[in-house]
Amino acid sequence: MTERDHRPEPAAEDSDSWTEWDVPAERWLLSGYCRDQRERTVLLELAARIVFPTVIVFSLYLLFAGHDHPGGGFSGGLVAGQAFVLRHLAGGRLDDSSTLSMRPPVLIGVGLTIAVLTGFAPLLFGEVVLESDIYKFTLPVLGQIKLVTNLFLDIGVYLLLLGVVLDLLRTLGSGIEANAAAARREQS
Amino acid sequence: MTTVNLTMAIVLGGLYSAGFYLLMQRSLMRILLGIVIIGHGANLMLQLAGGPPGRPAMVGEAAPENMADPFPQAMALTAIVITFALTTFLLALAYRSWVLLGHDEVQDDVEDRRIRRMERRLAESEDDTESEATQ
Amino acid sequence: MTLLVALPILLPLAAAGLSLAFGRFADVQRVLGMVVLGVLIVDSAVLLYVADTFGPVVLQVGNWPAPFGITLVADRLAVLLLLVSSVVTFAVLLYSIGQRITDYGRGASSTTFHPIYLVLCAGVSLAYLSGDLFNLFVAFEIMLSSSYVLINRRATATRIRAGMTYTIVSLTSSLLFITVIALVYAATGTVNLADLAQRVAELPDGLQTALGLIVLIVFGVKSAMVPLHFWLPDSYPNAPAPITAVFAGLLTKVGIYAMIRTQTLVFAHNESWRLMLAIALITMIVGALGALAQNDINRMLSFLLVSHIGYMLFGLGVYDTAGLTGVILYVIHHITVQATLFLVSGLITRHTGTVALSRMGGLAKASPLIAVLFALPALSLAGIPPFSGFVAKLALLQAGVEAGTWSAYAVTGGAVLTSLLTLYAMARIWTRVFWGRVRKPEADPDPEDELVVGTGTTARAMVISTGLLVTVSVAIAVAAGPLAEISGRAAADLMRHETYSTVVLGGDP
Repeated sequence: MTERDHRPEPAAEDSDSWTEWDVPAERWLLSGYCRDQRERTVLLELAARIVFPTVIVFSLYLLFAGHDHPGGGFSGGLVAGQAFVLRHLAGGRLDDSSTLSMRPPVLIGVGLTIAVLTGFAPLLFGEVVLESDIYKFTLPVLGQIKLVTNLFLDIGVYLLLLGVVLDLLRTLGSGIEANAAAARREQS
Repeated sequence: MTTVNLTMAIVLGGLYSAGFYLLMQRSLMRILLGIVIIGHGANLMLQLAGGPPGRPAMVGEAAPENMADPFPQAMALTAIVITFALTTFLLALAYRSWVLLGHDEVQDDVEDRRIRRMERRLAESEDDTESEATQ
Repeated sequence: MTLLVALPILLPLAAAGLSLAFGRFADVQRVLGMVVLGVLIVDSAVLLYVADTFGPVVLQVGNWPAPFGITLVADRLAVLLLLVSSVVTFAVLLYSIGQRITDYGRGASSTTFHPIYLVLCAGVSLAYLSGDLFNLFVAFEIMLSSSYVLINRRATATRIRAGMTYTIVSLTSSLLFITVIALVYAATGTVNLADLAQRVAELPDGLQTALGLIVLIVFGVKSAMVPLHFWLPDSYPNAPAPITAVFAGLLTKVGIYAMIRTQTLVFAHNESWRLMLAIALITMIVGALGALAQNDINRMLSFLLVSHIGYMLFGLGVYDTAGLTGVILYVIHHITVQATLFLVSGLITRHTGTVALSRMGGLAKASPLIAVLFALPALSLAGIPPFSGFVAKLALLQAGVEAGTWSAYAVTGGAVLTSLLTLYAMARIWTRVFWGRVRKPEADPDPEDELVVGTGTTARAMVISTGLLVTVSVAIAVAAGPLAEISGRAAADLMRHETYSTVVLGGDP
């Protein structure tokens, strides 16, 4: 029995249209199908749904603010990870709406590669490994932009951290839950 | 040379002794807690190494000579991250041990026990190992 | 030029990232790992030439000046060890691929082995090259956390038990390391080694000794010096052979390297160091006697590893140029030979299906190749003349005799005795494993896991990589003259560290 079997049957085609008119266009509960009812808190699921984008945006703010304000790739990545942790707490392992199409190890690998290659980049301009530079320029709408080149290193770190948190959720969260569920099934 | 105030010294002493006490237990969970506590102690010590607390940390809030030393903070941050990662690893290890063995106790070395048994046997009959060797 | 210093650290890290990203393509991972470690050998060879001819190469990472930023220093000692280590990591990776422990079970390939192994290599390089105490800590953590993963990988009940001991002990010593960094920083306000060399000398004597001793304990645990060695023979033998080989070859030696670096540069002594001599003597004897009691071939080799750590401590205890030359030669010799012996033990286990000496026999007839591959490093470890062990031991014994104090004489005697005991232990393995009645290979106790044992055959890549290391070990003996000269110059650098400080701090001695 796969986990997808828990999904409710799609609404029958011939259902009366008047029952559908006030059904929200979006799913508000996380995955649209139930885990064990006793473990479910609708409040948390709803809150997770609302808070998730906010947290991601905040993590992006931290990523870009990181040069001379509190923040940076590390804390940004952790905060973004927290958003996924919240989803995990709300939806558990059955919440497949939060899975990225990229597998966490690949995310870690890409992040690490970006970070290290950024370290090499200054050599192309005849500078020392991991040296960073500040560029200031003005864009039409956004106004003056201050670009610090170690932002790219931070982006790498951000991805790496996000990957690590997702991998932890996958192995220590969902993995253990799935093991426990399998053990319960064997017992019954 | 930086010195610590008495309260902090006592806190540090408490953290280290509690941590090392827990470290000497059999259960991996307690050992884990011990390591976490010693880790906190060590990181607190790193923080204190930078001088007394309470000075501004962010650029622009005060003249550079009145600001907190950022170096120990950077080191403590790195150390915290490392301790955090390894704590997670130990947790996973404890879980794995619990799955495989049904408990999370740190056990004695099996081979050590086997050698001790062999020694006892050797004392009982001198030629026992000889025959084992030529078998 | 400074790129050469950054490459040994950044290249394996980048490769680890790529290797993770290409986790589904086992061949890409293999080629990537081998190519990167091959480049590392070339890089460190060039670096050795540069550092030996023009003096230490210093990289101030990100162009931050010395006492504030991260400094990487490639002096003779660091680069010499880096070269040997990269040869060993290269050979061991080839062996691991040959033994297929890089896989996950018999069918699927694993995505994690290669990235973690490469991160381990990066950690080892960083430990050699780092120019400050905190970076050294980070390097140790990079190295050790990957080693935790490697030793607990594919965790069976026995491996978990062994891995737990290893992880907890290493973690405890790491926490002590943070503590001592905090203490050193509180006392001096810097963690840069070159800067510390000057600032620590200004501290009161008692404080210097206390800090020096805590640092000694930290690295003592990592390098398994008696009485802090207990975790090693318990945990190493339970990992697969190539992993044990790389741990035995590199991790303990990195501990020794850190000990040499800190005790010569930061906590310099004026004369021969009695405490260290005593520890060296105990380490040698306890390790050798422990080895004789064992029946498991890997445990026997692990105890011998502990015992031979004593030789390196001996040279450090003598504390003069001759002694340190001996240590450097010995570390170089021991990295290759100890790794080779564990690799051969892996070959033996694959052939016979067991690690118990009492259940093997007649391998010389069944597989003469393994016998040759074992005999050369075994004789070298015992210090028989034409091999690398002899050169290194001779240098150490000479230094011990020339030091001329009674404690140095005592340890010299102990070293000769340990040498004999090592030979005895090797002879024991030889008679049990290679002589006697030919036995049928035992059945594989766990047919599911990726470790194939008891086949009665050898795999080509495993033999080639072991052969490569044996050749390197012979080459070390052949090139003993030039090698001893470089080691002598490296030791002289260690004894008068003004050069190091000047180069790192930028002409302000």
